[in-house]
Amino acid sequence: MKKPKALVLFYVASVVLLIVGCLGITARIPAAPLAMPDSVLLNAAGATFPYPIYSKWFTEYNRLHPDIQINYQSIGSGGGIAQLKAGTVDFGASDMPLTDQMLSAFKVKVLHFPTVLGAIVPTYNVPGVTQELSFTPDAIAGIYLGKITNWNDPAIAQANKGVHLPAQDIVVVHRSDGSGTTFVWTDYLCKISKEWETKVGKNTSVSWPVGLGGKGNEGVTGLVKQTPGAIGYVELIYAVQNNIPFGRIQNAAGAFVKAELSSVTAAAAGVAKTMPEDFRVSITNSPGKAVYPVCSFTYLLIPLKIQDANKAKMIKGFLQWMLNDGQKDAEGLSYARLPKEIVTKELKQISMIQ
Amino acid sequence: MTEGAGSRTRLRAFLDRLRSGDEVAHLLTLIFASAIILITFLLVYELWQNSALSRHQFGWHFLLSRTWDPVSEDYGALPFVFGTTLTSALALLIGIPLGVGAAIFLAEMAPPRISDFLTFLIELLAAVPSVIFGLLGIFIVVPLLRTAVMPFLKKTLGFLPVFKGPIYGVSLFAAGVVLSIMIIPFIISISREVLLSVPADQREGALALGATKWESTWKVVVPYARTGIMGSVFLSLARALGETMAVTMVIGNDPKISASLFAPGYSIAAVIANEFSEATNPLYINALVELGLVLFLLTIILNALARLLILVTTRRATGHA
Repeated sequence: MKKPKALVLFYVASVVLLIVGCLGITARIPAAPLAMPDSVLLNAAGATFPYPIYSKWFTEYNRLHPDIQINYQSIGSGGGIAQLKAGTVDFGASDMPLTDQMLSAFKVKVLHFPTVLGAIVPTYNVPGVTQELSFTPDAIAGIYLGKITNWNDPAIAQANKGVHLPAQDIVVVHRSDGSGTTFVWTDYLCKISKEWETKVGKNTSVSWPVGLGGKGNEGVTGLVKQTPGAIGYVELIYAVQNNIPFGRIQNAAGAFVKAELSSVTAAAAGVAKTMPEDFRVSITNSPGKAVYPVCSFTYLLIPLKIQDANKAKMIKGFLQWMLNDGQKDAEGLSYARLPKEIVTKELKQISMIQ
Repeated sequence: MTEGAGSRTRLRAFLDRLRSGDEVAHLLTLIFASAIILITFLLVYELWQNSALSRHQFGWHFLLSRTWDPVSEDYGALPFVFGTTLTSALALLIGIPLGVGAAIFLAEMAPPRISDFLTFLIELLAAVPSVIFGLLGIFIVVPLLRTAVMPFLKKTLGFLPVFKGPIYGVSLFAAGVVLSIMIIPFIISISREVLLSVPADQREGALALGATKWESTWKVVVPYARTGIMGSVFLSLARALGETMAVTMVIGNDPKISASLFAPGYSIAAVIANEFSEATNPLYINALVELGLVLFLLTIILNALARLLILVTTRRATGHA
């Protein structure tokens, strides 16, 4: 019955070795991708919308400058802002500009650099209608407020003469998850409808008067495809890449415009002269005949003062490249590039980074 | 001198007990059990702390308010509690008869080879990840409900308030149906095990007293296995209350309370999954965490009620026995 003392010692020794081994292994696992010696690793996080173009830019830039590696995690605009505030990333990315309230919560001042443009398009499923529909701002606002409930309503019919609109109930679809897409769509609705502005407002997530919620662009598209009489909003790039039919919207100048790269870039050119210094502007419903009314910038959020002088130099170098050369890649991936006037202004802002 | 000798003997006695293994087993299992309790307390503590802003702002009103407005920062839990409880209740309503019925068939009536084969398939179903059920919901269940089942219900039972209103497909009803599909395998596999473990003499005794096969099953075997079957129902209820992805894909994600099952709704787990990652201001995040706390309490309350139900029915059954 008397077990040898050696057995107890064996148990103790094995537990100790196990603990030491685990500590050793965890110490070896790198917390972030390893940068080559003498190279700089920049960490960034934020919006999912521009992830494809950012991914291409960062790879391309690394090819040109092998000592600079930028690691981008598309965790969402909210996540990007939170991580920038916490200081875990070197710069962030957001589809929405930061409000004054958000900026005041930051320890360092943050500069906004628009990178590309995106647009939101209305997609619909009306039984028997294969033509492209045109929507006036009143029609869109009425539909989303729940006031226009049938497809053959005169508000919709008068912009679509020649199209037979059935007496079908409208099923409104919106995003259920918080997103920059919702922010831009509700921002546009606020501009075209006083009632929407007072009743609902604009945010990444709002209290919708009517409608079903779908998760992500995929969710909205799925619901619209499956539900006869449905209308929803999705990102232009998503609609283009998935061959989803979408309609035109009447802009502030009265023209019915379809969302295309040219009409989206025109939206930014329309506000270039009145652009505020910090680029925090909404470009929905912007003036101009060829402008698509539901567009927005997506921003890189760069701290004004960067501790590491080397990193500051790298970031400035990247921004310069992105504005001069990187913009060429945008259209290939269906992103609208920045108009020349904005690029010039941004290049000036780069010199502000310390 | 004597003290030194005394402590040495105590140490020796402890080491002896350790060597025998019993003490070690006792200690280890005590640590594991306390770890679970500790984790639960930590969970509640974290939920409590991180919802402080929201609790102070809204107080009890949070549980009664129907508004969920991130723009004006007015939050309320009622639509989500309604959606969660209703869909889970519907899931149980559909799932319990089907599940227990199938379990009775597999345990008592089916030939052993068929029973084993079907059980194997059902246990596979129980292991399927919930996102798959969500996809099943969107692509198969919702269109089926929208084109066939819901119009039929509306035509025949449309006078009832629960079957009124426009039919979208995605609805509380669809969520209830998808949840019932998810919980039925659990109910079947556990109930079947429990029914099989009922001692043979119970069955034989009933048959010997002149009962038919069905009478012996329904009046003797199933009541004997009642506790186990209810246990499987609790497990399913817990799963249904917390189910996130499958529900958010088919429920319509509209935080409104309505009398009709055909209307879209929202559940606590779904809203947290949808809105948490983009919620940036503290009050918003706190409100979502408070919803998590509400779900936790809801689960505890429903489980307590269910156990009370067992206690009452068992006492009544044994009282009359």
